[in-house]
Amino acid sequence: MWRLLQIELQKIRHHRGSKFLIISYFLLLTSLALIASIKFDIGPVKFHLADQGIFNFPYIWHLNTFLASMLKIFLMLVIVSMMSNEYSNNTLKQNLIDGLSKKEFVLSKFYTVILFATISTIFVGLTTLILGLIYSDYTEWAIITTDLNYLISYFIKLVAFFSFGLFLGVLVKRSAFAIGALFLWFIVESIFIGLMRWNWKVENYEHYTQFLPLNAMSNLIKEPFTRFNAVKSVAQQIGETIQKDFSVQFTDVMIVTIWTAIFVYGTYYILEKRDL
Amino acid sequence: MLQIGNHLETILQLSNLDKRYGLIHAVNNLTFSIQKGNVYGILGPNGSGKSTTLGMLLNVVNPSSGNFQWFGGTTSTHEALKKVGAIIERPNFYPYMTAAQNLELVCKIKGISYEKIDEKLELVNLLDRRNDKFRTYSLGMKQRLAIASALLNDPEILILDEPTNGLDPKGIQEIRNIIKIISQQGTTILLASHLLDEVEKVCTHVVVLQKGEKLYEGRTDLMTQSFGIVELKSENEWEKINALVSNYLGVQKIEKDGDLILVYLNNEINTSHLNQFLFENGIVLSHLKMTKPSLEQRFLDLTES
Repeated sequence: MWRLLQIELQKIRHHRGSKFLIISYFLLLTSLALIASIKFDIGPVKFHLADQGIFNFPYIWHLNTFLASMLKIFLMLVIVSMMSNEYSNNTLKQNLIDGLSKKEFVLSKFYTVILFATISTIFVGLTTLILGLIYSDYTEWAIITTDLNYLISYFIKLVAFFSFGLFLGVLVKRSAFAIGALFLWFIVESIFIGLMRWNWKVENYEHYTQFLPLNAMSNLIKEPFTRFNAVKSVAQQIGETIQKDFSVQFTDVMIVTIWTAIFVYGTYYILEKRDL
Repeated sequence: MLQIGNHLETILQLSNLDKRYGLIHAVNNLTFSIQKGNVYGILGPNGSGKSTTLGMLLNVVNPSSGNFQWFGGTTSTHEALKKVGAIIERPNFYPYMTAAQNLELVCKIKGISYEKIDEKLELVNLLDRRNDKFRTYSLGMKQRLAIASALLNDPEILILDEPTNGLDPKGIQEIRNIIKIISQQGTTILLASHLLDEVEKVCTHVVVLQKGEKLYEGRTDLMTQSFGIVELKSENEWEKINALVSNYLGVQKIEKDGDLILVYLNNEINTSHLNQFLFENGIVLSHLKMTKPSLEQRFLDLTES
């Protein structure tokens, strides 16, 4: 496993574009913390975002993993290009001739995906912990460790998304077109969901659309903003119930994990079938 | 057959290897073997299935049927390829990495240490360019780097597919010299080429392919030397000569080419005996010459029929 990871890291380490994207990505992740410094100070109106309670444990786990996951497209670009470049440089052929098996080739990419997701998760975890410890109104251990499963969701979401990138990279062979295919897929999924919901008026349409890969990934960490309002209004008018379930659902985790397996195995299957 | 001194060690065995791309039958039921220490040439016109055959042996093309075994079939293909050095068509490296970084990657894939990198760069005369990016290299330099890369593991066998394609005369010369040095060190070589003089110069054995089929397999010198052509000129009548020579032992066929008579042999003959035989039968020759056909002639004979 270390050998395969080292092979892939050697390929990425010397690639200027990838290095730039990776560094930008981690700088942006760090800058999540800068939200805390948003302050409006116009005469009598004083507004400090950090004082509004958005950095309270355990809500901050939800908010930060959601915001951080929007940046995942940066690493996606790296992953798609490292896969499709192997085709455009013909280096995939050379790797196989040098004695790498097709299975090892896919594994070396997949291990890198896991590595990227792990580092991102640790990074987001630490940033969130520090931010929370500074601004949260509650710093009891029991509250801090509540909802940590958002971090696990975040990890699973990244692995799935990046595996999708591997699959598209191999399928399309050109990085620009692979990214295009990703957007196309997103649009098709959105249109399909829209049709089901508004045109065909399918009852419980979410029951079906939860199986779509990008939708399933986004279901892993639901948007946290309405929850924040809900939390506030509950605080204000006691007795009102929250409509939406914001927690991480086991079915969503299962669906996304199955998609990941399909993408990784699909990548291997295409490689195995294709003549170079 | 009795082998003296060393016994044969089979490096590679192809058995009924077959590849179809839709309607095109690229490789047709190919069987041959590669023995240690020899230099093999796969000869064939463009599109005869040379590259497809090598692609299958090197794990990048899936055979339609048949199989092949590296080193007696004791290891998987990708493990075996770690003991093989191969260059196919164009040199493929990461353009943004330097020569040394590219070779480090190959070492990682093959699971060997970096210690041979400089030695091999020296061999192909690229040591002073080791820290330049691959994309800055000329085609000749790229091809030499590919050879250095293929030699990193001191391979049991070196596979070269059209190694001089697209190079200028100086580049061709450099590559041929390197191949010569490597073959003198006792490395088994498999060279695919459509350049006949290239194969004739470096190969001890040859496999001739056409439209994916094997037309000939054997020693290069036997291919060119066991047969020969005798040129005759005589004032005597053609019919008489034809009748006499056709029945002479070792003659395959006889034909008239202008005022020359060409006698194709299928066995070795003594030209003095032939001369004496004809003279005793009343034929006087004004010209008699034994010629050896070039590999090119033999190749054309084989591929035309």
